Amino acid sequence: MKLLHDTSLIFNRQMQLLLRNPVWILVGVFQPVMYLLLFAPLLKPALQVPTNAEAYEIFVPGLLVLLAIFGGLFQGFGLIAELRAGVIERSRVTPVSRLALLLGRSLRDVVSLIAQAVIITLLALVFDLRVFVPNLLLAYLMLALISLMTSAVSYGVALVVKSEDALAPLMNTVAQPVLLLSGILLPLTYAPGWLQGVADWNPFSWAVNGTRALFRGDLGSPDVWQGLLIMAVLAVLAVGWAAREFARSVR
Amino acid sequence: MIETRGLRKSFVSRQGRDKKTVEAVRGVDLTVAEGEIFGFLGPNGAGKTTTLRMLATLIVPDDGTATIAGADLRADPGEVRRRIGYVAQGGSTWDDSTAREELVLQSRLYGASKSDALARAERVLEGFQLTEYADRKCKTYSGGQRRRVDIALGIIHEPRVVFLDEPTTGLDPQSRAHMWDEIRRLRAEGMTVFITTHYLDEADALCDRISIMDNGEIVASGTPAELKREISGDVVRVGLPVDAVQPAAQALTSYKLETYEDNVRLYVEDGAVAIPQILRALDAAGVPLGTVELHRPSLDDVFLTKTGRSLRES
Repeated sequence: MKLLHDTSLIFNRQMQLLLRNPVWILVGVFQPVMYLLLFAPLLKPALQVPTNAEAYEIFVPGLLVLLAIFGGLFQGFGLIAELRAGVIERSRVTPVSRLALLLGRSLRDVVSLIAQAVIITLLALVFDLRVFVPNLLLAYLMLALISLMTSAVSYGVALVVKSEDALAPLMNTVAQPVLLLSGILLPLTYAPGWLQGVADWNPFSWAVNGTRALFRGDLGSPDVWQGLLIMAVLAVLAVGWAAREFARSVR
Repeated sequence: MIETRGLRKSFVSRQGRDKKTVEAVRGVDLTVAEGEIFGFLGPNGAGKTTTLRMLATLIVPDDGTATIAGADLRADPGEVRRRIGYVAQGGSTWDDSTAREELVLQSRLYGASKSDALARAERVLEGFQLTEYADRKCKTYSGGQRRRVDIALGIIHEPRVVFLDEPTTGLDPQSRAHMWDEIRRLRAEGMTVFITTHYLDEADALCDRISIMDNGEIVASGTPAELKREISGDVVRVGLPVDAVQPAAQALTSYKLETYEDNVRLYVEDGAVAIPQILRALDAAGVPLGTVELHRPSLDDVFLTKTGRSLRES
């Protein structure tokens, strides 16, 4: 109960601050929208699929996963600003739940990601993308789990390194191979065998496959539950670790 | 109200491959009585903030015990948190939030209901004369206003003890005097106030009792008056032209002495006896004289005799 109460306090404050500057949500979708407008038209001929709709079925899920990964991984910057302002220390001397300090923030990130995902989905409809609503909602659940995990990781790392200068290269170094190995931009079915082998070890490639299956309308595909399960487990682990960093004494 | 025994903390700092253990606090024993303003005086890096952060449950001591407002620091930090307030040195407000929002949130983090939190916020805003700015963003506040919000955040739950880390650092003289009044008001409301400072005049004017900390240890404790009385004898201050300070110091090597930019201070048993001898020695060395003053020791003199250094220099 206390956890719920504290989480909602932190979440409400974070949402209030986010809505005070909602332009950040739009800034966040700028890049994916550019991909959608300027990169996606190359896909129909490149993927050798008969229609635009099919190209978008493959590309949009990857783009959304990309947004969830990157959006989450860079949330730590905001936390470093809060650390510097003394807001975190001020919270830590109160009896507030440490898990709530993390969850309140990560849930804000999930909400803002879903808002961005909705914008992109709506735009993709213009390009003939069609997806069943229940499948779409499950895909959003996948995105929410990814974003919960990546933002928790980012917060945890931010609490450890405590500096933007260290966080930026670290997150980029992690994100780059994760991105390339998850078949986000192009499906890994085109990859040579060794690359596919490596990608199988990348949990995000399972998430991308699952999300693509959902957009395809293939709800029964094992990719769906496998992706959701892997993301859920990783999200729990990430949240547990990051909450411990919030509880740990910081020098 | 606060009782500590043998509180210790060391940090491991890394420089390349070398690991170095820095003993920040080396066995601090403290007793702070209910309803007093207790001051921790010492230079930067003396271990004041580390001690304060241990008492505020932000870092775990390596060794030692502490009881704060009746709660045991090691066994029940959660209870300590409920009973204390803590105001960090670097500020604690978010640029884009208003003072009222911050106060209401802080109060609710301590478990107050929404209506109770609003009422408390209103009350402390009034107490700290912040009502006028309460709904403006914190980034628009002056340094003094922002510091008052920090203190208001630290006491919104009416703790029995409040820790203030360097509450007046960086404030202009007027805001500083204002802050002293606020701190005295907290004491008048029955709170025990624990402050750290590296300002001698602040420790002297504001604190009921002080401990002087240097190099992770407490070197002296008592009321400011007691500490000054402990130094037997007088201080003779000889004002000099700037370029005569060094020659004067050389002529007076037989005295315990401290040099400043345009004066030297000598610590002597009896000023009335020492002054003629000092003048004679300076005259013999051909040092031109400015002024001579005789005064009772200050807290800086206490610090000097206890640590061999002046607080002003460290």
